[in-house]
Amino acid sequence: MGTGRLYAAVAAGGFRRYATYRAATAAGVFTNTVFGLILAYTYIALWDEKPHLGGYDQAQALTYVWVAQALLAVMSILGGGFENELVERIRTGDVAVDLYRPVDLQLWWLAGELGRAAFQLLGRGVVPLVFGALFFELALPGEALVWLVFLGAVLLGLVVGFAIRYLVALWAFWLMDGMGAAQLAGLCGIFFSGMLLPLNVFPGALGEIARLLPWSALLQKPADVLLGEADPLGTFAFQGAWAMVLLAAGRLLQTAATRKVVIQGG
Amino acid sequence: MHVESDFIRLDRVEKVFQVRRKTGFLRSERREVRAVDSISCTVARGEMVGYIGPNGAGKSTTIKMLTGILTPSGGRLRVAGIDPTRERTRLAHRIGVVFGQRTTLWWDLPLIDSYRLMHRMYRIPDARYRENLDRCVELLDLGGLLDVPVRQLSLGQRMRGDIAAALLHDPDVLYLDEPTIGLDVISKARVREFLRDLNAERGTTVLLTTHDLQDIEQVCRRVMVIDHGRLMYDGPLAGLHEAGESERTLVVDLERELPPVEVAPARVVKVEGPRQWLAFPASESAAPLVARIAEAYPLVDLSVREPDIETVIAKMYADRRETSVGGRQTSVDGRQTSVGGRETSADRREMSADRRKATADRAGRPGGMVS
Repeated sequence: MGTGRLYAAVAAGGFRRYATYRAATAAGVFTNTVFGLILAYTYIALWDEKPHLGGYDQAQALTYVWVAQALLAVMSILGGGFENELVERIRTGDVAVDLYRPVDLQLWWLAGELGRAAFQLLGRGVVPLVFGALFFELALPGEALVWLVFLGAVLLGLVVGFAIRYLVALWAFWLMDGMGAAQLAGLCGIFFSGMLLPLNVFPGALGEIARLLPWSALLQKPADVLLGEADPLGTFAFQGAWAMVLLAAGRLLQTAATRKVVIQGG
Repeated sequence: MHVESDFIRLDRVEKVFQVRRKTGFLRSERREVRAVDSISCTVARGEMVGYIGPNGAGKSTTIKMLTGILTPSGGRLRVAGIDPTRERTRLAHRIGVVFGQRTTLWWDLPLIDSYRLMHRMYRIPDARYRENLDRCVELLDLGGLLDVPVRQLSLGQRMRGDIAAALLHDPDVLYLDEPTIGLDVISKARVREFLRDLNAERGTTVLLTTHDLQDIEQVCRRVMVIDHGRLMYDGPLAGLHEAGESERTLVVDLERELPPVEVAPARVVKVEGPRQWLAFPASESAAPLVARIAEAYPLVDLSVREPDIETVIAKMYADRRETSVGGRQTSVDGRQTSVGGRETSADRREMSADRRKATADRAGRPGGMVS
């Protein structure tokens, strides 16, 4: 009970931290909308040439574009999540402050990250999607339940995204500069989450593999749930399994990192 | 239940780091660095202890072991009867920690948000939290700052904010690692006064590492001096002077330029026109000396300079190096410090390098989000 309130407070803090930067949020919304427009016209050209590419009709493809723009900041697919801060704290040794607190490091950062995502879902997600719905013909569902399931998939996607980036950030305990690893993981994220192109249109084995990798939990899976292209329970199971595996791996790495610090010094 | 007189207890505590140094392409050499070398001491509940030593002496390493974020390589360590590394979380509820160069506060958010978080983190009962917060706000003068984002606070304000954050859960022990680093005179005085009050009213045990010896002079009754991981002195502040065989300086202004004054046991260490500097053992009284000078020389004015503790300690380090290394360089250095009446230039460089580090740290702190 007490712990729940602590992590709720951390999440609330994460939300408010990002809420303080209003100009940055407005600029982000503008960028997402412009990106969305460019991609929307590109997709229109593509789907005019090849209707039903990847199993989507044009309305579904356009919906995918605007959902992707809405989730871009939420999932911090292009960076901007907690990881830069954690890497920096490890590099400067400030992580020592985090370690003497009576809290769990992984849960602490997860809670803060969920707070951040909640803000960005409202601050940066809603406007681009509404803009897309107003100016393009989208295939958005009418039933509230589908939206609820979509939010569930977004939440699980967030946990998976967090778990991946937590693993990457912890390498900073061993590497002098953790930014290189973070950038490499970021590139994988952009490509395999489906941010550039839906994973459905990836050909053959590449598509098969891409759809099984954890990054597909960030964007492709939630989008498919919203578009009615994926079974919600199967999606939840897929995301949940990856979340558990990656969080457990993060915990192992965290134990090793803490031991290293505790034995070897910062 | 632990005995109150050994609230904190160290028994031959050691910390050895493995340092790998590159000696060539793909080749490296392992070297052991003994950061803390067999330190034994006890601190009673309610004591205020200053822990001093030059950079790299092992001060921060000791503090980190006492908080449980570093495991000793050898020896035994207990704080309030708890083994810090084994029960770090349980210990965390009993201790408060302030690292002068790091902050526990939420950079982007108003100060009060960090305190609300402490409230939850340490599960402080509501009434207790409010009472402690009110008290800290009053004594540390934080009233107008609670709604200001931490990144906008001055260093002194932030430090007071950090000290309050460390005390909301009523810790029995407060560790402060360089709490006055980079602060101006007024902020320093305020922090010191608060620590004295805290100790007097709540009986909080305070362990303070510092470079600023005035911190020690004004806050601590007991001082431990550490160098190269070894405890070199442990006792009352006054005793340091004897341990360091310090000298006082008598400055005399004569009517005109004269050859160096000859009065035993003082010796002239500097002459500048009609003014002369005489060093004499701190244990001697100045009165007979002055009387004899006044008798034999045309004395116009005089002043006595107390040896400052920095000089005493610098001499202690120098002596140790002399005995252990025997280098000519250090003995020259030692002479200079015993006479100069101020810190050595080497010491000064060290201090300013430290300050630069503090500034760089602040500048490099992540200011918020990158999006």
